[in-house]
Amino acid sequence: MIARLRPRLTDWWGVAALPVLSIALALAIAAVIIIVSSAFTGIGFFPLLPLYAYGNLFAGAFGSGIALNNMLVAAAPLMLGGLAIGLGFKAGLFNIGVAGQFLAGAFASAVVGSTLAGAPVPVAVAASVVTGGLAGAALGAIPGYLKARTGAHEVVTTIMLNNATALLLAWAVTDLVRAPGFTFPRTGDIGNAALPVLLGRNLHLGVPVAFALVFAVRYLLDRTTLGFEIRAVGANPNAARYAGMSPLRIVTLTMSLSGMLGGLAGAVQMLGLIGFYASGISASVGFDSIAVALLGRSDPIGILFAAMLFGAFRAGAPLMQITTQVPIEIIDIIQALIILFLAAELIVRRVFRVRAKPIEIEGATTVTRTWSETVRT
Amino acid sequence: MDLLLIPRLIWELLVYLVTILPDLAPIILGLATPLALGALCGVLNERSGVVNIGIEGIMLTAAFTGYLAGFALHETIGPATALIAGVIVAIATGGLLGLLHAWLCVTVRADQIIAGTILNIGALGLTAYFNRLIITPSGQGGAGVIPSLVFGLGPIAFATLVLVGALQFLLFRSRWGLRTRAVGEHPKAADTVGINVFRQRYQNVIAGCALAGLAGAYLTLESTGSFQNGMTGGRGFIALAAMIFGRWTPIGAFGGALLFGAFTALGVIVRVRPAGGELGDLLAAIPSFWYAALPYLVTIVILAGVVGRAIPPAADGIPYEKEARA
Repeated sequence: MIARLRPRLTDWWGVAALPVLSIALALAIAAVIIIVSSAFTGIGFFPLLPLYAYGNLFAGAFGSGIALNNMLVAAAPLMLGGLAIGLGFKAGLFNIGVAGQFLAGAFASAVVGSTLAGAPVPVAVAASVVTGGLAGAALGAIPGYLKARTGAHEVVTTIMLNNATALLLAWAVTDLVRAPGFTFPRTGDIGNAALPVLLGRNLHLGVPVAFALVFAVRYLLDRTTLGFEIRAVGANPNAARYAGMSPLRIVTLTMSLSGMLGGLAGAVQMLGLIGFYASGISASVGFDSIAVALLGRSDPIGILFAAMLFGAFRAGAPLMQITTQVPIEIIDIIQALIILFLAAELIVRRVFRVRAKPIEIEGATTVTRTWSETVRT
Repeated sequence: MDLLLIPRLIWELLVYLVTILPDLAPIILGLATPLALGALCGVLNERSGVVNIGIEGIMLTAAFTGYLAGFALHETIGPATALIAGVIVAIATGGLLGLLHAWLCVTVRADQIIAGTILNIGALGLTAYFNRLIITPSGQGGAGVIPSLVFGLGPIAFATLVLVGALQFLLFRSRWGLRTRAVGEHPKAADTVGINVFRQRYQNVIAGCALAGLAGAYLTLESTGSFQNGMTGGRGFIALAAMIFGRWTPIGAFGGALLFGAFTALGVIVRVRPAGGELGDLLAAIPSFWYAALPYLVTIVILAGVVGRAIPPAADGIPYEKEARA
């Protein structure tokens, strides 16, 4: 039995070694930062602070039924955002615009949701979620089309759209759709459009929807013609064109689908958790999703696990900050360190002396290549 | 609604722009300074063949460390010395992050877009982390702002003008410039004639990122005198667009930075010096959010219009391997 399992375990370790060891190394470096900076907290210099911080982080994410629910609720938008970026990577596109698409999806679903607040639940929920996805798709289509048609690199155009979207939505919520009776500009209550709670206090419909979409994207990529075309364009756009595919169509479509997933992430967060749109709502999901997609190697199943990990970080961080005064922002530092060690796997190999499979984030090299090489369409 | 309304409005707008130009020019230059420095960083990096989308993160980190140095030192060594120390710390921070980027891109041969992403995410986290731990609880201000010389512009703004001219000359008229362009266009050929491709790229990335550090110092120490989380607000990416707009030349990039600065300045000037008549009513009716979004939207339009005709250095973004097949 063990003899049969052994080669499979080695295979599994070959795939998981670098991500797991990168996470371990990132946590270790972050621990050093926590120790050094503990001198500035009320607690004073305290070498064991990381243990308490990580302990509380873990307790806040897995310590109870409520904590587990919080973890899954935090993981759901990250899964969708991670899928958005991962899908882009497969076509050689880096959609940093998930933050903006998230806001667009959140805003659109909040507006439709508050309009349909009195409608029957299935109608209100479905209409709000679909509008959120469409808003994200529309925002993703613009950089996709521009990239394919003019060569304007999506890394710059999507970031610009993030900033412009946040500002224009702040205007819209102040001047266009501000709900009466509140002291600050916000949209009205979403009423029946709120995602139904399935379990406990807050485990809403968005969680199973996110899990389902992981497998839907996997099916799209592995089993459909469009998925094949997306991967072909990602591997070599010029070869794809010679094979009769239209990179213009595929790039625009991929960015639209990616934007749609980003918009759905916003809709799920809005209808499941936040409840109303106001300027300044956190779009941190957009940047967390980049780390999720890279850690998951832009593979849907990998993204599923990576999103649960970062969901755990986000769910546990408030408890950590309250009890140990370690700022929540340590999570961003840990994320950057994880990507750093994934990108510079050399360090991980040296430190742990492992021979693991090198990490290839499919399509990521194309992202850089297209910086200097305009793809003809 | 008379037929001549639109032409009359355009005429009024032109007259308005000419009359406010003396007030507008220093504002534009001030807004363009961090963009121009960031764009120069991009030019130095990409001319040597390294893509750097981490300018935003470098600017933010340097803005923070520079501010932090002034904040920590101004009571012991006096505000003036502390400000100088802050600028030096910011430049050094930029250089150090440049070293990290160069190591990732040149030595490790990691994906350069991902290397830049690490800088951006890490910068957001690190600065917000230490801001919450050190500056926010103290409730105190920093070392103040560097005093302006003339027209409300300080030494960093004027240094930027000099840097633009100097780098334009050096890049196209000096041995260093020739070598830089050689390793960016055809590293193998450069290697064959004895140029150390790796060293040249390291030098350029570190020097360029030091300029991005100076841009950070400008934001906290010369322009605002305070630090807010995420205060760079996409300037590092607008700088990249300015670089592309300027076709990877220092003077062109500066022109791009001025253009973006002008669109940002428009939102400022209509409130400070409102226009009269119908034009004034029209400009005042446009919500301030629209003015704020304008530079970002203009960036997209310009990128889409210009990029097709702009050709980047041939080896941009491609790590050099000595024994690789060409």
